[in-house]
Amino acid sequence: MAIQTQPDHHTTELNGDRLREAVRLMLTIRLFDERALALYRAGEMRGTTHPYIGMEAVGVGVMLALRPDDYVTSTHRGHGHTIAKGGDPKRMMAELLGRATGYSGGKGGSMHIADMDKHMLGANGIVGGGMGLATGAALTAKLQHTGAVAVCFFGDGALEQGILHEATNLAAIWKLPVLYVCENNQYAMSARSDWSVAGGDPAKRAAGYGIPGVTVDGMDLFAVHAAAADLLERARRGDGPSYLVCTTYRFHGHHAGDPLNYREREEVERWRQQDPIERVKGAIVERGVMRQDEVDALEQRITQEIEDAVEFAKSSPEPSPDQLMTDIYA
Amino acid sequence: MAVAEAPSATTESSVRVITYAEALNEALREEMRRDPAVFVMGEDVAGWGGGGVFGVTKGLVEEFGAERIRDTPISEEAIAAVATGAAATGSRPVAEIMYVDFIGLAMEPIVNQAAKLRYMFGGKAKVPLVIRAQEGAGRGNAAQHSQSLEAWFCHIPGLKVVTPSTPADAKGLLKSAIRDDNPVIFLEHKVLYFSKGPVPEGDVTVPLGVADIKRPGRDVTVVGIHTMVGKAITAAEQLAAEGIELEVIDPRTLVPLDLDTIVESVKKTGRLIVSHEAYTRGGYGAEIITSVIDAAFDYLDAPPLRVCARNVPVPYSAALEQAALPQVDDLVAAARALVNKER
Repeated sequence: MAIQTQPDHHTTELNGDRLREAVRLMLTIRLFDERALALYRAGEMRGTTHPYIGMEAVGVGVMLALRPDDYVTSTHRGHGHTIAKGGDPKRMMAELLGRATGYSGGKGGSMHIADMDKHMLGANGIVGGGMGLATGAALTAKLQHTGAVAVCFFGDGALEQGILHEATNLAAIWKLPVLYVCENNQYAMSARSDWSVAGGDPAKRAAGYGIPGVTVDGMDLFAVHAAAADLLERARRGDGPSYLVCTTYRFHGHHAGDPLNYREREEVERWRQQDPIERVKGAIVERGVMRQDEVDALEQRITQEIEDAVEFAKSSPEPSPDQLMTDIYA
Repeated sequence: MAVAEAPSATTESSVRVITYAEALNEALREEMRRDPAVFVMGEDVAGWGGGGVFGVTKGLVEEFGAERIRDTPISEEAIAAVATGAAATGSRPVAEIMYVDFIGLAMEPIVNQAAKLRYMFGGKAKVPLVIRAQEGAGRGNAAQHSQSLEAWFCHIPGLKVVTPSTPADAKGLLKSAIRDDNPVIFLEHKVLYFSKGPVPEGDVTVPLGVADIKRPGRDVTVVGIHTMVGKAITAAEQLAAEGIELEVIDPRTLVPLDLDTIVESVKKTGRLIVSHEAYTRGGYGAEIITSVIDAAFDYLDAPPLRVCARNVPVPYSAALEQAALPQVDDLVAAARALVNKER
């Protein structure tokens, strides 16, 4: 099957309220993760945090093409996907601080936030860990004829995991309604994807399974959304899985403790010129969907919302020790 | 062999003698009729010889169709991972790993996803998943097709582990496993597939976490897993002639473990043997012994013994395979040693 690199923009235009919603979500993700980094650096957060900063167009672009009952699996870098799927920043922040009011009651932390009611099947601490889960969710949708599809987000590091091959092969022969979205942010920890991933453009692998593979500019909300909408429509029709590779970049390190000795400052600056939020802000004002002062007011409102989330988290209790041995079995 | 205790009543006339494999087949068929969310996936579960390399899924595809009896490619990690995702979203998959030896390929989704989703998500997820596999030696399948690996799964919080030894238990436990809202590793034994025993017809379940005293006795408690239950009963019959009475207990489920039944027995006998085909080192028998020591140290009249497999890959030759596995004679000798130590 031919590899498309130019998605058909006009079929799935993002505009009006949906574009305003996209900007709101992207700003929420950015400000949430900046605040999480600050909390970690201030010694107020345990473990670590993996910022999604720079990659917001991918999660939001795909998610705005979904129905509420569609399933999503995420990665260790999961805050953005949870927010974009409608997650509550208060409960997320409380989970980051290990509080009883967090999504997991403090049992999961940053890498294990799920919102099962919203069909967000969790961040995942295992690279490639979501691939089987998303494919299985697609199998439930097919067996129970719900019409839902599943989206599996994964990084370029997971292109090197065996489960991707097994899951793709199975989804292809069973024609499961699943979209595999590779967030190629150029690095798996310190490993550059142009070194660690054989064969060049990962979307080319799709041809080996007889499924579509599309590569888009992952810093362009509109390109991501249009391509995702096409491939999701295909999955919903019953035509099976596909690959969407979004070329993107993480502005910060792998996690909060990254020494960042493996990439040049100039490279980061080049990518920052492509900041997906600045690009959307420009488009939204240019198209007359929002005025600049409205965008500024929105940003202020979200900043306050994130501060409220931090306040909520800090004022929430630690989990009670009697919760230690609960939730192991149903 | 005794009929499993059945909490839900059935009539006497409905008990027939069938094989362990047929009993499992019946459990699958009944549960799939009862609940449309139940489906089966695995290698050769539909196409091979009418259903499954040991016939456990025989004929199911004819009744339920290829959508619910799903042949998979040879992709163990995907089988376990996809079944986990299906279970977390409202399906009740029964996934088959053809030989437990292949499950190394599927450990990631079992150990890090299925077992932990519920806890990591603060109780918001449930994973009603059954992974069936068969284990054990005795058929000349050599080192990569004969292991007993139940201890791997007992180590992981969040999993349940089931090891039926009789046809009636196989049916009743599989039905309970399918109805359980947790991931259950359901380990069958390849030699036991051909064994026959009385099995109640219809909806008779055996609860998880309840051991069964397969033979009562006053002198030595023997806790056996899979084939070692039958071997212990044979050993007991031999020893009875010498006036030594073994009490043979089948825990039936290793997690959760019915420790009370074992401890009560040891309080009576003062002597304990654990026996399994799994390697002695790091085997679940050691865990059972430690648990009994914790609970009933003062009641023990002699150090507990392990009659388990030698710490060697399972060999091919019949002579070597037999030497690697615990045998009836080993149980007889161990029981005599325990009793004589006391006398």
